[in-house]
Amino acid sequence: MIIVDNISKSFGDTQILFDVSAKFTEGQVNLIIGASGQGKSVLTKCIVGLHEVDQGAVLYDGRDFSAMNRKQRIEIRQEIGMLFQGSALFDSLTVEENVMFPLKMFTDMSQEEMRERANFCLKRVNIINKNDLLPAETSGGMQKRIAIARAIAMNPKYLFCDEPNSGLDPKTSIVIDNLIKEITYEYNMTTVVITHDMNSVMEIGDHIIFINQGRKWWQGNNKEIIRTDNQEVVDFVYASAFMKNLREKLIN
Amino acid sequence: MNLFEHIGRFFLMLKSVFARPEKGKVFRKMFFFEVDAIVISSIPLVAFLSVFMGGVISLQTAANMGSPLLPEYTIGYITRSSTILEFSPTIISLIIAGKVGSNIASEIGTMRVTEQIDALEIMGVNSIGYLMLPKILATTFFFPFVVIISMVLCLVGGWVAGVQSGLYSTHTYMVGIRAFWHTDAWYVYYALVKTVVFGFLITSIACYFGYYTRGGSLEVGKSSTRAVVAASVAILLANYILTQLILV
Repeated sequence: MIIVDNISKSFGDTQILFDVSAKFTEGQVNLIIGASGQGKSVLTKCIVGLHEVDQGAVLYDGRDFSAMNRKQRIEIRQEIGMLFQGSALFDSLTVEENVMFPLKMFTDMSQEEMRERANFCLKRVNIINKNDLLPAETSGGMQKRIAIARAIAMNPKYLFCDEPNSGLDPKTSIVIDNLIKEITYEYNMTTVVITHDMNSVMEIGDHIIFINQGRKWWQGNNKEIIRTDNQEVVDFVYASAFMKNLREKLIN
Repeated sequence: MNLFEHIGRFFLMLKSVFARPEKGKVFRKMFFFEVDAIVISSIPLVAFLSVFMGGVISLQTAANMGSPLLPEYTIGYITRSSTILEFSPTIISLIIAGKVGSNIASEIGTMRVTEQIDALEIMGVNSIGYLMLPKILATTFFFPFVVIISMVLCLVGGWVAGVQSGLYSTHTYMVGIRAFWHTDAWYVYYALVKTVVFGFLITSIACYFGYYTRGGSLEVGKSSTRAVVAASVAILLANYILTQLILV
């Protein structure tokens, strides 16, 4: 479980996050949603320690991550897997080497064991016979799946996904969503997904928090979001006329 | 950011560069990869430049030797001195700063803007040490060998150019090359000390500008240009300081 306790973050004179608190439970897909520029990515970067918080704390299963020094954080970071918006695969390494990378850095596995583990993870995300390709030689959807394989290679307890569907077609987006959901349940991970994608909200949102103007504005799940009367959430989730009609039909 | 903030951040970065690598085996592999990618791959360019520059230095010296009081072997002597003191250590370093510096800055800058560095950090890897230490050590320790090759080829170039054009004989050139060697031999040490410093400056400055790139691909290009300019200025400043300290 990850607990975000009253965190605030500013860059210079601009305050981005205002006393945000949230609880992300294991075995659930936790979504952070909100319009662009409202602080979702900053919140996630604060949670994983890429940005230091100005105040408040981030607790990973009771361990205060924000108060730790670099060495102590490394231990927790080995329990974190992250899928970046642009996949962030290492250009110069092959697909297999990308997945083997964290194993090479942090385990004493033999080359054969690492290869076996990498192949298992790649198979889990349905990437077969692509081991020797460079990331640039694969499609956007494949890159996301390879990045998921790399993220789960170390058997993480926590998985972060920053806009996993950006730049993907609807069909591939659903594949990625389902994959995230499946591995979350399968490995009982605490998964945090930042997304703009309303399909994802409806499909995999076990727990949703809505960030607006740097504050947590609303929280609930994918059932509750249909009936919420929070105007900002309604305006964001049901922005188009089509979605508004759909919501009315669902409510009625 | 002003110059002093850059300098401060540069030294803070160096602190992380020399932290203990996460895994010795991975570091060793990367070190030898960088020796090949940065140093060995530069040898053809350095060889080409050195042979022709050696030739030009000799020919220009010969063309300007108007006084009959000056012995002919002076051409070889001047070629040797110019090569060891300045051309091979400094000019080759400036050229390598352009080739290697821009390459490193754009490589690390691209990793920054595509979140690959964030990915390393999230995994718990010291991204500064992982990316920079093998590059800096490879260049600092192996660049002097490239400069030694450059010195030799420069002298060969001077010999070929002069003898080919009939300006001096092999014997005269060789006498010039050997002239006053007993007092000038330490110039080689001076040159190699400079090279070690320049090698360190080229890579560390390029790494710095690449690592702190912000924005997109346009900024990667700008970082690459800044890295080359800053490394060139640093080389010239260091050249002056080292000459003052060691040679004078």
